[in-house]
Amino acid sequence: MANISVNLIVNGKAVTQECPANSTLVDLLRDQLQLTGTHVGCDTSQCGSCTVHFNGRAVKACTVLAGQAEGADVVTIEGIGSRESLHPMQSAFRECHGLQCGFCTPGMIMAGIDLVNRGDASDEASIRSGLEGNICRCTGYHNIVKAVASAAVEMGVKEEAEG
Amino acid sequence: MYQFNYHQPQTIEEARSLYNKSEDGLYLAGGHTLIPSLRQRLSSPSDVIDLSSIAALTGIERQGGVLRIGALTTHDSVATSEAVLGHCSALATLASGIGDAQVRNRGTIGGSIANNDPAADYPAAILGLNATVHTDQRDIQGDNFFSGMFETSLWAGEMVVGISFPSVTAASYVKFPNPASRYATVGVMVARIDDGVRVAITGAASCVFRASAMEDALSSKLSENSLDNVAIDPDTLMSDIHASAEYRAHLCGVMARKAVAGL
Ligand SMILES: Cc1cc2nc3c(=O)[nH]c(=O)nc-3n(C[C@H](O)[C@H](O)[C@H](O)COP(=O)(O)OP(=O)(O)OC[C@H]3O[C@@H](n4cnc5c(N)ncnc54)[C@H](O)[C@@H]3O)c2cc1C
Ligand code: FES
Ligand code: FES
Repeated sequence: MANISVNLIVNGKAVTQECPANSTLVDLLRDQLQLTGTHVGCDTSQCGSCTVHFNGRAVKACTVLAGQAEGADVVTIEGIGSRESLHPMQSAFRECHGLQCGFCTPGMIMAGIDLVNRGDASDEASIRSGLEGNICRCTGYHNIVKAVASAAVEMGVKEEAEG
Repeated sequence: MYQFNYHQPQTIEEARSLYNKSEDGLYLAGGHTLIPSLRQRLSSPSDVIDLSSIAALTGIERQGGVLRIGALTTHDSVATSEAVLGHCSALATLASGIGDAQVRNRGTIGGSIANNDPAADYPAAILGLNATVHTDQRDIQGDNFFSGMFETSLWAGEMVVGISFPSVTAASYVKFPNPASRYATVGVMVARIDDGVRVAITGAASCVFRASAMEDALSSKLSENSLDNVAIDPDTLMSDIHASAEYRAHLCGVMARKAVAGL
């Protein structure tokens, strides 16, 4: 069967990529664009480790076909900060010890940023329910919730300074 | 995933003609039921026809007391829409309880009702709120739309275009979610529309249904106590690893009371 060609923006750069019609967005990101920071845990839309931003919203990239990303603006964990200058959510995970093995972390961070951007990280209960789509086998969630709460404060402060 | 041809039509007509030309085509909306089933090789369409570029399937409008929601509208858009909140907040509550944030950012109302999972939430809104389903070929009364487990009255290739919800006096939806998936173990929508009361129950049986005994009891007096002597027969309900039929019957009563209390 024929390949398809997909035009999309990934981490701010326009990309045109050929891939089999039955590829998922996470296949395209990891196998073709070599952006392996987005992880695949379950491959069946349960665990959230493949979470990326798709037109600004958190989605599970294992459950989006590559073709559905035509024209989309996609941001992965590689696109939010750099080694020298971490995103406030990344710093907060480090400060709060919000990770152990780190497998779920890229997905947690992308989901956490969307949650804060939408104003849904105002208290512990809303952070916990906002992260229902992300599973962590190590931490017990406590420090992840603390990290998102702390990043929410930091991101709010930054926004005020910029706004 | 098996191989398939992938198409992204821009209009309803183009999608229909792709469907008609394909050997075994399937429409794709948010993909949050279809893609997992493709991945598990439970489904092997020759052609996947992605509806996401069809503008006529989008939008939420409230006109003359009727709320119309386009088939491609995501659960999150329904949950946060001012028009939906103004028309019937129970519908927004229902949408905000589906799955998780990522699922709500992709899954659509049209895909959910076309799929008719016995544990899906939206079917309770279609029946309970007396909605009308608009397709590319006709209008189908909500009461006639769901015909069995994963079955609807849609013809082959017929496409859900939008759903209309008439105005309601009061409505309330309460579910007992499966703790892992958030699908409804039992979900109950209670609504007062004009002089009548509707009670629709999802998750409990193989297909969403209206609980007529509860409707009768609540029509005489719309209060929780009216349900004291009304029971749902477990013989008509499902038993599976999540809950026995007896437990589901019990939950029907509890969720219905909570829904009435929330009116
Ligand atoms: C982790 C997870 C948790 C979930 N939890 C819940 C939950 O708590 N409650 C709940 O109700 N659902 C839940 N869902 C299901 C979710 O709501 C799906 O999004 C929904 O059932 C299907 O909508 P879709 O847009 O993704 O459809 P798709 O997967 O794209 O399509 C589903 C089916 O409908 C057909 N179809 C789609 N659109 C149309 C149309 N316009 N006309 C005709 N046919 C069409 C397709 O051909 C396909 O057969 C969950 C899903 C996941 C992955
Ligand atoms: S890998 Fe996508 S949700 Fe688990
Ligand atoms: S840190 Fe190991 S899975 Fe979350």
